[in-house]
Amino acid sequence: MAETVDLSMFVEPGAAGASHMTLAVDGVACAGCIRKIESGLTKLPGVIDARLNFTQRRLAVDWRNDEIDAPRIIEAIEAIGYHAHPFAPERVEADDTAQASWLLKCLAVAGFAAMNVMLLSVSIWAGNVSDMTPETRDLFHWLSALIALPAAAYAGQPFFRSALRALRARQLNMDVPISLGVTLALGLSLFETATHATHAYFDSAIMLLFFLLCGRYLDLTMRRKTRLFAGNLASLKAEFAHRLEPSGELVQIPAAALHPGDRVLVRPGERIPADGTIINGTSDIDESLVTGETLHRAVRSGMTIYAGSINMSGALTMRVTASGAGTLVDEVERLLDKAVEAKSQTVRLADRVARLYAPVVHATAALTAIGWLVAGASLHDSIVIAIAVLIITCPCAIALAIPAVQVVAAGSLFRSGVILNGGDAIERLAEADTIVFDKTGTLTLPEPRVDGNAGIDPNVLERAARLALSSRHPLAAALARVAQDRSPYPGAVEEPGQGVRAIINGTEARLGNAEFCNVVGNHPIAARDGTASFITFTHNGSVATIPIRQTLRPDAVAVTKALRKRGLDLIMLSGDRTAAVAPVAEQLGIQNWRGGLTPAEKIAAIEQMQSQGRRVLMVGDGLNDAPALAAAYVSLSPITAAHLTQAHADALFLGELLKPVLQAVIISRKTRALMKQNLALAAIYNALAVPLAIAGVVTPLIAAVAMSGSSLLVTLNALRARSRAETRS
Amino acid sequence: MNVLMYLVPMALLLGLTGLIAFLWSLKSGQYDDLDGAAVRILPDDDIEG
Repeated sequence: MAETVDLSMFVEPGAAGASHMTLAVDGVACAGCIRKIESGLTKLPGVIDARLNFTQRRLAVDWRNDEIDAPRIIEAIEAIGYHAHPFAPERVEADDTAQASWLLKCLAVAGFAAMNVMLLSVSIWAGNVSDMTPETRDLFHWLSALIALPAAAYAGQPFFRSALRALRARQLNMDVPISLGVTLALGLSLFETATHATHAYFDSAIMLLFFLLCGRYLDLTMRRKTRLFAGNLASLKAEFAHRLEPSGELVQIPAAALHPGDRVLVRPGERIPADGTIINGTSDIDESLVTGETLHRAVRSGMTIYAGSINMSGALTMRVTASGAGTLVDEVERLLDKAVEAKSQTVRLADRVARLYAPVVHATAALTAIGWLVAGASLHDSIVIAIAVLIITCPCAIALAIPAVQVVAAGSLFRSGVILNGGDAIERLAEADTIVFDKTGTLTLPEPRVDGNAGIDPNVLERAARLALSSRHPLAAALARVAQDRSPYPGAVEEPGQGVRAIINGTEARLGNAEFCNVVGNHPIAARDGTASFITFTHNGSVATIPIRQTLRPDAVAVTKALRKRGLDLIMLSGDRTAAVAPVAEQLGIQNWRGGLTPAEKIAAIEQMQSQGRRVLMVGDGLNDAPALAAAYVSLSPITAAHLTQAHADALFLGELLKPVLQAVIISRKTRALMKQNLALAAIYNALAVPLAIAGVVTPLIAAVAMSGSSLLVTLNALRARSRAETRS
Repeated sequence: MNVLMYLVPMALLLGLTGLIAFLWSLKSGQYDDLDGAAVRILPDDDIEG
């Protein structure tokens, strides 16, 4: 059926009848791919430019509207042999990109200034021990000031702004002592220069900014990289909906472009694109992604259905509704608001250190000044020494200690299939002592599988599976996975909502529902089992009823055992029926489990555990898990989870295995140990440097060496996060 | 020390040129696709691949 596709949501109008679109492209692996796609597209009439960003796996296309349109461009890419998905960048991503380029500019300015000021400083240090005249030294100091002051005013903005924000909220963060240190160092240096003194600290202040900006930039790059990847995945998974126009015409549009009131046709095997009420048709729907319930629900006209469920048997026409009062989605959203509000802002390790650190440092500086005054030093000398204490304790190493480890650890996690949503998730993952698992889609595979113990003749199963390759129905997709021969039967025809048929060895084979296969009567297994779906296959007079059910992730048993060995308490909270939860709990050896829970009961269970002082890691995928994920101390979701759920998880994991959960725990624990080690290193550095500063013998040279040395040390130590975590896993 | 009168401004000017060059390259998008730049040099334009 010819169906118009409406992609206007993704297309940005350009100048003079031209348009622009960004696409996420799947399967680009080498230089040849770039060339094939770019030259293939630019050859098309009407395409002005096509440029593939290999780092982001995204393609930017510009074209003239009167010669070609967006759907034809996507078709052209498909014809070249790649899958492209239109892409609407999220706001967060755009903000991050702007932030990254700003930080990079600050970094460049600080780097330029640091190099030039050091050039002058080295001359002064050399001149101080040889024959430099005080006039030349003054000139060099003034030149340093000329470079350092504007550079610090520009490059220091990220720290000054953040410090101001914290102070306005009557809090202390790491940026407060940093801003204070930099400002005082510059002020003091200016004063010293004006009074023709020997020492100025312009180099220290600007180098400090440079090192700190490196840390900030690395931190942001890590977050951007994982977000980028998650964004691409989301667009590859993006759902399309068939909207029924008032004229009766069918238009394919992205699910995100649906509005309340739209009429949508959902064919069997398709995912329901939005929440709504059925206005026509009856069907069975699989709501496992929504409620965790594995039993299909029979629906008919007038009933409410939720985005993310799969329509199993009949075509449905639905009307999209905004989440109305009393619906499940409304309930979930209400609980979410409450959970997010109640979640006490967990204090990051760095900020906890800052709260302790800043008062101690400031008190030490004040005491130093008083001490020197009492000892009879002049007011000027006492203040100069006190400021030297502030400069040398400026938390350069501390501010680098944590982001550097986080960046390396996020890389390790990424390679283990875990994508972080936020940088501080690592710390919280390391602290978790209880893991709460959802069952459906989390401990079990997100898609159902053929039951291997059903005793079906392997030859028959192979034929059925190969025939299933020609169908798009979710049950057929599950069956198709077991096909050894991955080439579909030639001439196979799919009857939507019924099944597929093809001629195999001269006789017709059929795969689909019982009526389609002309089989009447009950399924022999269905009678004693309510947890499976069945697909019927007939060929040459033989009939097979193939059960397809939820199965555990292949490594679930091993992973739960390993987690328990690491001292974690495992608990299962499921929205599915108790009868379906019990066997899974038994198989995994989880003693503490509950079934048939509503979203509110899940939250209550988690809050009760947390009130006992437990730190709960929640792993779940369903829409019904979203509030529980938000309420838990830290949370993980498989990448197959519902949209809302993914948005509230601290990290996502990829693939069919449960192993990333174990890896996340192992790597984050190692990372936390390294963070603490790095903080200890920074503390040792302070313990060595501060007495020198208090004694008043710190020269700019000592400050510069100590600062670079300690920053280098913590960065090198951070690199161990990678080798350690990966060799041990 | 008269040599400083033109050497110092020259040093600063050179440094500033470097900074401006970097900011320009940043703005013109040269750092947007670091991996792509590495592989794009591989195919030969004169051989149909």
